[in-house]
Amino acid sequence: MSHAATNPTVVAAHNGHHHDPHLAHHFETPEQQYQSGKLGMWVFLATEILMFGGLFCAYSVYRHNHPEVFEFAHKALDPVLGGINTVVLITSSLTMAWGVRAAQLGQKRLLIWCLALTIIGGAGFMAIKSIEYNTKWKHNLFPGSYNVYSKTFTGEETPPLDLAALNSEGHHAPAHEAGEAAPHPVKTIYDTRLVPHDPNAGTPDEAKIKPSFATSTGMVTQAPPAAEEHLIYTDLGRDRHHVTVFFSIYFLMTGLHGIHVLVGMSLIYWLLRRAIASQARFFADGLAVTGTGLFFVYLGWLIPLTFLLIGGAIVAAIGIVIALMFAGRALRATGEGEFDPTYFTPVDLVGLYWHLVDLIWIFLFPLLYLIR
Amino acid sequence: MSYANPPASAHRIDDGAHVEGAVHVHAVSPRLLLTVFGCLLVLTVVTVAITKVPLGAFAIWAALGIAVIKATLVLLYFMHLRWDTPFNAIIFVSALLFVAIFISATIGDSNEYKVNYLPPPGSEIQAPQ
Amino acid sequence: MTAHAGTLPIGQAGDHEHGDNYLTHGRGIKSWLFTLDHKRIGIMYMILVCANFLLGGIFAIALRTMLWSPLRMFDANGNPTGVTQEQINASHNLYNHFFTLHGAVMVFLFIIPSIPAILGNFVLPMQLGAKDVAFPRLNLLSFWIYMIGAVFFVYILLSGVLHAAFGISLPGGWGLDTGWTFYTPYSTARAQGAVVAATLGAFILGFSSILTGVNFIATVHMLRPKGMTWFRMPLFIWAIYSTAIIQILATPVLAITLLLLVAERTLGVGIFDPALGGDPVLYQHFFWFYSHPAVYIMILPAMGVISDVIVAFSRKHVFGYNFIAFSSIAIALLSFIVWGHHLFVSGQSALANAIFSMLTFSVAIPSAIKVFNWISTLYKGDVRLKTPMLYALGFIFLFTLGGLTGLFLGALSVDIYLTDTYFIIAHFHYVMMGSTLFAFIAGMYYWWPKMFGKMTNETLGKIAFCFVFFGFNLTFFPQFVMGARGMPRRYASYPIKFVTEHHLSTTGAYTLGFGLVLVGIDWMYSLKRGKKAPENPWGANTLEWRCSSPPPHDNFATTPLVGDPYDLHGWVYDPATNGWVNPELGHRSSDSPSAPSHH
Repeated sequence: MSHAATNPTVVAAHNGHHHDPHLAHHFETPEQQYQSGKLGMWVFLATEILMFGGLFCAYSVYRHNHPEVFEFAHKALDPVLGGINTVVLITSSLTMAWGVRAAQLGQKRLLIWCLALTIIGGAGFMAIKSIEYNTKWKHNLFPGSYNVYSKTFTGEETPPLDLAALNSEGHHAPAHEAGEAAPHPVKTIYDTRLVPHDPNAGTPDEAKIKPSFATSTGMVTQAPPAAEEHLIYTDLGRDRHHVTVFFSIYFLMTGLHGIHVLVGMSLIYWLLRRAIASQARFFADGLAVTGTGLFFVYLGWLIPLTFLLIGGAIVAAIGIVIALMFAGRALRATGEGEFDPTYFTPVDLVGLYWHLVDLIWIFLFPLLYLIR
Repeated sequence: MSYANPPASAHRIDDGAHVEGAVHVHAVSPRLLLTVFGCLLVLTVVTVAITKVPLGAFAIWAALGIAVIKATLVLLYFMHLRWDTPFNAIIFVSALLFVAIFISATIGDSNEYKVNYLPPPGSEIQAPQ
Repeated sequence: MTAHAGTLPIGQAGDHEHGDNYLTHGRGIKSWLFTLDHKRIGIMYMILVCANFLLGGIFAIALRTMLWSPLRMFDANGNPTGVTQEQINASHNLYNHFFTLHGAVMVFLFIIPSIPAILGNFVLPMQLGAKDVAFPRLNLLSFWIYMIGAVFFVYILLSGVLHAAFGISLPGGWGLDTGWTFYTPYSTARAQGAVVAATLGAFILGFSSILTGVNFIATVHMLRPKGMTWFRMPLFIWAIYSTAIIQILATPVLAITLLLLVAERTLGVGIFDPALGGDPVLYQHFFWFYSHPAVYIMILPAMGVISDVIVAFSRKHVFGYNFIAFSSIAIALLSFIVWGHHLFVSGQSALANAIFSMLTFSVAIPSAIKVFNWISTLYKGDVRLKTPMLYALGFIFLFTLGGLTGLFLGALSVDIYLTDTYFIIAHFHYVMMGSTLFAFIAGMYYWWPKMFGKMTNETLGKIAFCFVFFGFNLTFFPQFVMGARGMPRRYASYPIKFVTEHHLSTTGAYTLGFGLVLVGIDWMYSLKRGKKAPENPWGANTLEWRCSSPPPHDNFATTPLVGDPYDLHGWVYDPATNGWVNPELGHRSSDSPSAPSHH
């Protein structure tokens, strides 16, 4: 990415041998270089779409085949936090778009503000995301063996019958309070095949899954739940062992998206450094170290882990010292950053990447949190 | 697509001082940015509110439709596609097209073959828990 | 193979007044490893890719050697041979590691990067009359990613072979025995060894491929000189462009598939493993959505090479330019809607089987269009059987056989009988090796004078071709026969009735290997003792032949004049320089300085 590009068609027009530092030797005009960079970025975004496309495909196949599982399991997600995160990300998209405008117009101080706000938006998104992940962790809803519904689950807890209570009872409600516990899943995956076992035996749903010989497969044995019916675990019948797949898909999708948010934040930080005058860049580094430290303090409080708390506080303190040392120079040298109307391609390209991250979340939010 | 011609949609900066050597790109006005942002917020509220309405099987399509509108707004205004060379839009749309081919063929097939994996009649009780 | 690069024996003879070419432009290993010059990056790819080819080839020979006399507990007369079950198990385990290493190295490390990364990097910008690719730093990055991925991947696979053969455990795992396809649930639930590490290696390599594709697309769009419209581009560029489309649209799906596989194996997320409620057919959909188009990543650049070579040695304008160009794009797009033909017996639904079978036939149309146009180009041409042309003609013959047998396999009913037999092995070796490798060698011979400024030895090249061509057919034609008779693939042993075919095949493999060694000797010899190459040794009209051999650092001081790339009128042979000159262009002979006047 990041090909130094400038766009002054005027300069290029009347000087064939200009020594524009941002124009690479194999381009003839800055315009050509700028358009190449954008084309390359869009092609790269296409590859990102295809990569997420694989996860959307897995999502679609499982949702199509097991709609009740998604209906049941998505209640573990908090639509309020998801909604707040949507707003946070949209806002950071706005500040990014405004930053591109500021760079194009040479409004250097505004650009610094916009980039800083965008990073803060990204950090806010990750902070809220970590609250959500923390809730899942506490309720044993991580993928694979860490999921209480998984056949390979290693813990002692029993799977809750209803996940809706997770959000209404606050974030620290233990799983078993969420309702009557279901029979504990058999832990080994092979012996279940040998032992005939009716998972619903003795439950009120037992009658629903008795075989029907009306169809060729005999499987339309369970009346589909009415639209308004509140699904609980035992309603899922033989689909219930797909519950863990929902959580796997949730974590893979939001996890990959979160990695993209972090990459985007790093790229914007790189822009921010260049947008600040060169003699004051350590000021930005100090702020970044402070932010990272504070994030670890937050994680240490959330999990909770004392050493994260203390370590984060130390890092934050170091960051504040660095920032204060260079604050004077930074304040004197505002408006001397690298980007101006003749050279803003990196801002433009990173902006495209950041908006794509936003774009993907726009689809993830309703698909994961708002299933009906 | 020859570089010799600046993109057809390019025109001068809509506001701000003209800088020598300045850019042939469109800087989006603050008013437009804020309007798009407002629309995105409203649509986010709508997409949450619509889950309270019992739409049945239509709900997923309503949610996806709103998401598509939001995505289009971001693409056109935040990502400048409206003023960009059309080829960049073509790249993006073709990526979506290939994702659509991938997902539709895979769902279609899994919908067809899943019956092959169900146990024969009368043996449901062997279904692992 | 070509470890000369550090010492730069070539191009230093002071035979050009300006003296400076890309090989001498900077010195020392750092000037290579951190170069932004597309030509040097191409040469570095060549060294690594050829080394990987050597590795994959050694294991191919090892496989065929094991199959000459597999361990048996009873001989043909039913008498015990004294071989124990444990020995047989160990030998089968070793065989599994061998074929996985051979397949994975050849696919991910040789065929996919071979033509695009080596010849595409070297030739494509010069055919455009450009100074470099659009993003030189990205280009260097994809080389580094390839190098790191290759080292990682080869280490994992070789550690498995060492473990299986000698019981040596290297840190990091015991290799891979899943085959290059990583099929679930074997790869996620049962396979021993370093599946996760190998998968991450392939994941890294995928990024190299993606970034190369991004670069080539931007280069073709943005760096065409004035006058080079889309339909004045050389057909090699069309082919590389089509390949790049596939690379950017398909490879990301492989990336996510491999990530899912890693998640499945480490966490047990249950998307693919039926024991956890997953769907193994879904994995095959994911995998082949990438890997079928990847087959065309392997063959399309080869077709581009052949188009250029055939024209130069037929001394005739290419026949049906537009058809060849559009058929490249058509193949690229069609490649995305035929992946289901890999799943005919995997549990895919009957409906999808029928649809994918029909769609598969449609790929035959653009492929056949190309073959017919090449043959029409040859027709009444002034055909010159130089070494590159021999490989090109070999390509047409072998690709036709490979393509037609592909139709057998695309036919649903036939495939159900032939799938997972040696027929498949023979089919895809005819297409992948018989076609892509032949085109790669053709392209290397064709552009070698431009790359190193030295001619290769024609006599040695032709002798080597005979060994390669006959060795190839001897190896793989018997596999069609035994496949049709029911010999299954991926088995370390076989019923005694297939012994003749297997012995023929192994003999062929040794012949082929010998031929390829001769090719390598020819290239080495050329670097040491080759005659100085003229600017345009073959009389082709594409732009890469308009700069000196080897090219100066910046390729062209001024962008050359663009015309019809296949209009060979005006080029006449000049015995004095052993090259071709075009007086109509007002062109200098190769001995006059080609003036890379420094900017």
